[in-house]
Formats: sequence, structure tokens, C-alpha cells
Amino acid sequence: MPNSLIKAECTGRSKLPRLTNLVDDVILIAMTPNPYFFIVIFCGVAVVFPLMPLALAWLWRRFFQPPRPGAGKNATYECGVESVGEAHVQFQSQYYLYCVIFLIFDVEAIFLVPFAVAFTGLPVGAFISILVFLLLLIEGLVWAWSKGCLDWGSKRLSAR
Amino acid sequence: MSDQIDGGLRSELQRQGIWVTSMEELYNWGRKNSIWPLQFGLACCAIEMIATAASRYDIARFGGEVFRPSPRQADLMIVAGTVTKKMAPQIVRLYNQMPDPKYVISMGACAISGGPFKQGYNVLKGIDRYIPVDVYIPGCPPRPEALLHAFMELQRKIDSQKLTGNAKAEHLDPMQPSEFPVPAFGAHDLEPAANPRLFQPPKIERS
Ligand code: SF4
Repeated sequence: MPNSLIKAECTGRSKLPRLTNLVDDVILIAMTPNPYFFIVIFCGVAVVFPLMPLALAWLWRRFFQPPRPGAGKNATYECGVESVGEAHVQFQSQYYLYCVIFLIFDVEAIFLVPFAVAFTGLPVGAFISILVFLLLLIEGLVWAWSKGCLDWGSKRLSAR
Repeated sequence: MSDQIDGGLRSELQRQGIWVTSMEELYNWGRKNSIWPLQFGLACCAIEMIATAASRYDIARFGGEVFRPSPRQADLMIVAGTVTKKMAPQIVRLYNQMPDPKYVISMGACAISGGPFKQGYNVLKGIDRYIPVDVYIPGCPPRPEALLHAFMELQRKIDSQKLTGNAKAEHLDPMQPSEFPVPAFGAHDLEPAANPRLFQPPKIERS
């Protein structure tokens, strides 16, 4: 509703007696589409929409489910094999370090192949720069090694 | 209600555009047209099962819908292929973990009886030794059309299941066991070698 229209309506209503004026104002506020009103509707739908099937499923289960639970049926599903231990096991963050180090050296290999192919025709400057590049990476490897990043499940790291 | 209303009257009403149905029919109609099979294959028959699920045969047209990778969401177990003795406990456990009502199609000679590998020391001679089978499909392998046929047979079975009364479907009877014992590896064979509740081989009389 354009603003001028609302204004016209307001001024029109303000001539009415006092009591109805208040009621009218309330009605007007309720009728005026606030631009944020849609977000409220959206939030309402967003809550009700997923809850409704859940509630229906719950009701269905409550009243119509064949009442046949069992120890095996309720057991943890592990592709048909009997589950071992807890489902909430922790994975070592060590794995992430491994992946990152692997990735770095994987990328290094990509640089090394053209270097090896063009090796005989390389000027001294290019040779030295690739050597520096290699040294930097090797230094990183030595550092990671000395930090114990390459020991799988090492006591040093798991104790931390 | 459908038992009370005369069949002739029903079709007469139907011709006039009035559909008479019962809760049971409606319920079964919904069930039979949305059967979710458990997604697993055991041997060569599984390839035919995959073909049945893929675009050319498309089991979803018949209500086969989506193959579910979890027994919690599956209604139908298609035992497609050779069941080795190593695999049998897993299959029984998966069957146990499926929610009721659940159905089993035994696809191919192997799942029925061990098929071409019947003499093998490691092959289970039929999955019906451990779990109740609803539809058997002979063949080695059965063609996708055969699986579709079996599927339609299963739909027919679901459609005819009663929800109330004495002859109601087994899964609605709380007295029936909800699980079947999972066989364990013994010294020479699976123990027990079969579930006596389900499997009684015919006695061979020798004179
Ligand atoms: S019945 Fe034939 S096709 Fe099917 S799994 Fe056995 S050997 Fe393979």
C-alpha cells in the first residue's frame, strides 16, 4: 500500500470519535503490511514445515506402529555386522596434518616433473631457484617431523 | 467395509464416478505403491537388480521407489545373488533391523537354493533357511522383467493383507517374534544350520 494512501486513511479515521479511534489504529497497524512481516511469516512456516511431518510421524508411530521392538532391531546399524565399541569414537586430528603435508608434497611433485624434464637445458639461476624451493619444503618437512606430525598416534601428541 | 458392500454394486457406483473404499484398502494401496528396497547386492543377480532399478526398466514406475542404504528405511529385502555362509549372519541381522512390515524377495537360483554353487562348502543353500521369503524368482540370473513380475506379485500380496481380524497380517500380531535368530559360525557350518520354525526340508523316505 503506498504511503500516501495510508496517510489519507489515517487522516480520514482521525475524525472519528475517540474510542473507535484507538481500535481503528490497532486494526490499521494489523492491516498495514510491514516489510518485515514476511520474515515473521517465513520464520513461522520454517518452523512448522519441518515440525509437522515429524509430529505426524510421531503420531503414526504412536497409534499405528506394529508394536514389535527387539534387541537386534534396536541395535546399532553397522552394515549388518555386530557393532564393536561405542558409536561416539574420536578420530585423531593427526589425520588432518597428514593430509596437509601430503598435499604440499603432492604439489611439489608437479613442479618437480617439468624441472626434471627440462633439467639439461636450464640456466644456473633457474636451477638455484628450484633448489631454494626444494630446500624450503625440506625444511618444512624436517620441522613437521621433529614436531611429531608424522608419528601416527604418537604418545607425544595424544598426551597433549 | 469392502466386505460388506457388494462387488457388483461397487463397480456400478464406480461407473457413476463414486469411489467406495475402506481404510484397509487405502492403507494397503499406499503401502504397496511405495516399497523401498534395501540397497545391497550379493553376486551376479545384483547386476540384474541394478538394471531393474536403472532407467531402462525403472522399478520406480511400479512403486519400487528408491533403494535405501539403511535397513531402518527399507520395507523390502531383495536377496540378489549367492549367499555365502560368511554373509548369511549379516543378512539375517539386516533383516532383523528392518522395521515391520517387511518383505523378502529371493532372487535367482542361488538365493533360493544355492543354485550352481549348491555343492560349495561355503554356500548357503537357500536364504529361506533363516528368514521368511515372500516371493521366489527362479533363473540364473532372472531377467529384470522377472524381478518386476516378482515385485508385482509382492504388491498383490500386500494388497491382500488384512489389517484386522483373525487372519490379519503377521507383522500386526504382537505374539509373533519380531526377529529371527542370527546364525553363528560353528566348527563346520553355521549354527543352527536352519531355523526350524521356517525351514522343514521334506523327509526323504528310503525303502
Ligand atoms: S543365480 Fe546365477 S546369476 Fe544369480 S547369483 Fe547365482 S549364479 Fe549369479
